Amino acid sequence: MSATATAAAGAKRSAPRPVEELDSVTIRFVGDSGDGMQLTGNEFSKAIAKAGHDFATHPDYPSEIRAPTGTLFGVSGYQIQFASRAVFTSGDAPDVLVAMNPAALKTNLSDVKHGGTIIANSGAFTDANLAKAGYKANPLDDGSLGDYRLYRIDISELTAHALKESGLSKKEIGRCKNYYALGLMLSLYSRPLEKEEEDIRKKFAKKPGIAEANVLALRAGYAYADATEMFITSYKVRTADIAPGTYRSLTGNHAAALGFVAASELANVPLFLGSYPITPATDILHELSALKHYNVTTFQAEDEIAGICSAIGAAYGGVLGMTTTSGPGMALKTEALGLAVMLEIPLVIVNVQRGGPSTGLPTKIEQSDLLQAVYGRNGECPIPVIAAHSPADCFDCAIEAFRLAVKYMTPVIFLSDGGIGNAAEPWRIPDPASLPRLEVKFRTEAEGFQAYARDANLARAWVRPGTPGMEHRVGGLEKDFLTGNISHDPVNHQRMVEVRAAKVEGIAKDIPPLTVEGPPKGDLLIVGWGSTYGSIVQAREQAAAQGLSVAHAHLRHLNPLPPDLGDILRRYKRVLVPEMNLGQLSRLLRERFLIEVEQLNKVQGKPFKVSEIHERIVELSKKGAK
Amino acid sequence: MNDMATLTKKDFESNQDVRWCPGCGDYAVLAQIQKLMPQLGIPRENFAFISGIGCSSRFPYYMETYGMHSIHGRAPAIASGLKLARPELSVWVVTGDGDALAIGGNHFIHAMRRNIDLKIILLNNRIYGLTKGQYSPTSEMGKKTKTTPLGNIDRPFSPVAVALGAGATFVARTVDADQAHMAQVLKRAAEHKGTAFVEIFQNCIVFNDGAYEAITDKSVRDDTRLLLEHGKPLLFGKNRDKGIRLRGLEPEVVTLGENGVGEADLVTHDEAAEHSGLAFFLSQFDAPKFPVPLGVFRAVRQPSYEEMNEQLHADARARKGRGDLAALFNSGDTWTIA
Repeated sequence: MSATATAAAGAKRSAPRPVEELDSVTIRFVGDSGDGMQLTGNEFSKAIAKAGHDFATHPDYPSEIRAPTGTLFGVSGYQIQFASRAVFTSGDAPDVLVAMNPAALKTNLSDVKHGGTIIANSGAFTDANLAKAGYKANPLDDGSLGDYRLYRIDISELTAHALKESGLSKKEIGRCKNYYALGLMLSLYSRPLEKEEEDIRKKFAKKPGIAEANVLALRAGYAYADATEMFITSYKVRTADIAPGTYRSLTGNHAAALGFVAASELANVPLFLGSYPITPATDILHELSALKHYNVTTFQAEDEIAGICSAIGAAYGGVLGMTTTSGPGMALKTEALGLAVMLEIPLVIVNVQRGGPSTGLPTKIEQSDLLQAVYGRNGECPIPVIAAHSPADCFDCAIEAFRLAVKYMTPVIFLSDGGIGNAAEPWRIPDPASLPRLEVKFRTEAEGFQAYARDANLARAWVRPGTPGMEHRVGGLEKDFLTGNISHDPVNHQRMVEVRAAKVEGIAKDIPPLTVEGPPKGDLLIVGWGSTYGSIVQAREQAAAQGLSVAHAHLRHLNPLPPDLGDILRRYKRVLVPEMNLGQLSRLLRERFLIEVEQLNKVQGKPFKVSEIHERIVELSKKGAK
Repeated sequence: MNDMATLTKKDFESNQDVRWCPGCGDYAVLAQIQKLMPQLGIPRENFAFISGIGCSSRFPYYMETYGMHSIHGRAPAIASGLKLARPELSVWVVTGDGDALAIGGNHFIHAMRRNIDLKIILLNNRIYGLTKGQYSPTSEMGKKTKTTPLGNIDRPFSPVAVALGAGATFVARTVDADQAHMAQVLKRAAEHKGTAFVEIFQNCIVFNDGAYEAITDKSVRDDTRLLLEHGKPLLFGKNRDKGIRLRGLEPEVVTLGENGVGEADLVTHDEAAEHSGLAFFLSQFDAPKFPVPLGVFRAVRQPSYEEMNEQLHADARARKGRGDLAALFNSGDTWTIA
């Protein structure tokens, strides 16, 4: 990246800047939803990953695809935290905010760390944009940002200047400014350019003109940061102490897709996904749709109901049937879930949760579908529920969901959420040979066959249509305990209701012992589930470092609950349950174990900050024993 | 059991007691389908019958094949998943006017739009039987039912027209009272590759008895129904002297020999026409202005969804090779920490 590569106005070569070493950095890129902030954030995180850092990201975007430019509601953001140690969250407060316009600054400023850095695209702070964001005066000039390290960089103009000979239209040039911003940040954080240039050329292979323009913009941004004396220091984050292995960056939805393909290969049974597009779950459908050279069939159904029903049909046919959705779609699938319970066939239902109720907050994070997953059906209708705690964990949960589904012949609900689904983190690539086989048996012996006879796990046999001599009928009407024929017999019904419940309860014996971080007994136990994991881990570590007695258990299995959970809960004076709902796991724990729990609830469409949990830990510690 | 040559109707009768009302039209349909099965050269274990909810949806319980009595309206979606997962199976959907056209309308039209190889048999009795007598999407205007005590104002539609509108490649209609005709139409449907839709006029002896009397009563039916025959003029009547002529886009009933009308003036039925216009005209025919058409409205061969799906998979494998997990895991940008 020689200085000649840039056409940045006013850039001049300067002596190397001092490099400041940091433990961790949180950066948030914000701009219009059409500004390419998700791309910039993604690319930056890839560069960071390759440098050997651990990282976690949080994309935060509006539900409008491209809201009117410059508006407050059209702001799209991408946050990344990377560090020299293990990273569990995308960071509480950004150290650095890259704001592409006034609306982005306005909506994000309050989150930025006091004294943090703001890099503002000054060219976008026009009167019109300032008015749209509700600024009476330009905050870049009126001294209101005096507490921050403010860098005004006219990214719009500098990009235009760099590309003035590119032959691109003004509009096309405007679209390159995210790469200029990326170049700036790569320079500031001492990351090389070459790999990114390669990636750009690959990504825009079909539009070489655009590819070269983006490369130029990237280099211009890089050279600008490199050459100007604007930035006094560069930053280098020491590399994290990460386990040896080959890694890649994966979002939760992508990891889930890989996990489902793995389940299919490990079971040697084809995979069938019936699904209807819905935010934020659709990426699983996208990923699997591109894998037709594996044993994978995807079916974009006419609606959510057909999504699950086609999966039920496929599962009845003897393949690994699954459906993916989010809250509102889950509501539509409810009746079919009941059918799957009655049919006792394996099925996996993924709910990538979002803010509810109704359409709610489609692109925001919430964990408010737990009780729906556990209870939300007509009749006594038990379904096992598991939840992933991080993007990479979605891979393991996908396999676990099918392991339970085929072993117990039951639908299994797999809860993820928009935070996990869209956020990325490094995934250590496993050796496929190290993954456990999934044992699937199809019954073929007609002799003595009874459709609802059960094995030791109370699971009935899986019979593929096409198997001679075992023709039989199944359905949603109550079945005879043995033959599966329709039965309205009162005693038989009670027996069936109880055996279906016992089968799901019996899964408890199949749940490994809970891992508890921190003291095995003491003042406080934090119990979490799902994507609150990272914030809880860091908050607990901070509190422990202060000498507080606090432990953490994170639940993957939510129905049934782990068999050792009751004992663990009783070893602590208090139990704290942070959740992004109004206390759904808290209710389950109270109901199941008759204990009191402290709730910490946040339903703002945003993940917990570490500090929010930490503060509660400290507060509870001050209260002392009950 | 697997010897197809020796399969008989009896082999397709399950041991379950049939629980339809005595005299229900469903019995005739069941008998015809059980009779048809052994003629198709398909092993018994390769049949699957999927149904939703309603009187007709009890059907799978009475068939000694694989089967599922599922939830209201969803049978086409379940059957689609089954057919995609197991293309070698012969998958049948048995449904009713409420199941297919009211609660399940969406799945019904989309199955036909995709041309997935399902046989969809709709038993249309123009009433809700299982819930004891409410009007259905095919009940005629003015009809008094428990939910329309002052007469029905909910306009009915023709299942055949809906099927044609959805792009179905095989569309036919028959009636429970004419066993020979039903046998013939069901056989054609079974042999069709792609979605085959058959509407069967079916008498509900309890809640809508006599709904189809005008076209089933032997004394009048020749004048009230139009038997469709491919390549033949649209001719009907006791004396075979009435026919259908098109004046521009308006069909009309004409009498042969009157005003110089001859057979050459009549529309010739063409079930294989690429354009479904003629079939759609016919789907609108209703008494008393027109005779009610029975038979095959449309039968065209187009690639079926599961055939194309299999092709996509074969092509992807030919291009990329059979995927293996290590390659999948390691695709994209990776980095190694030593």
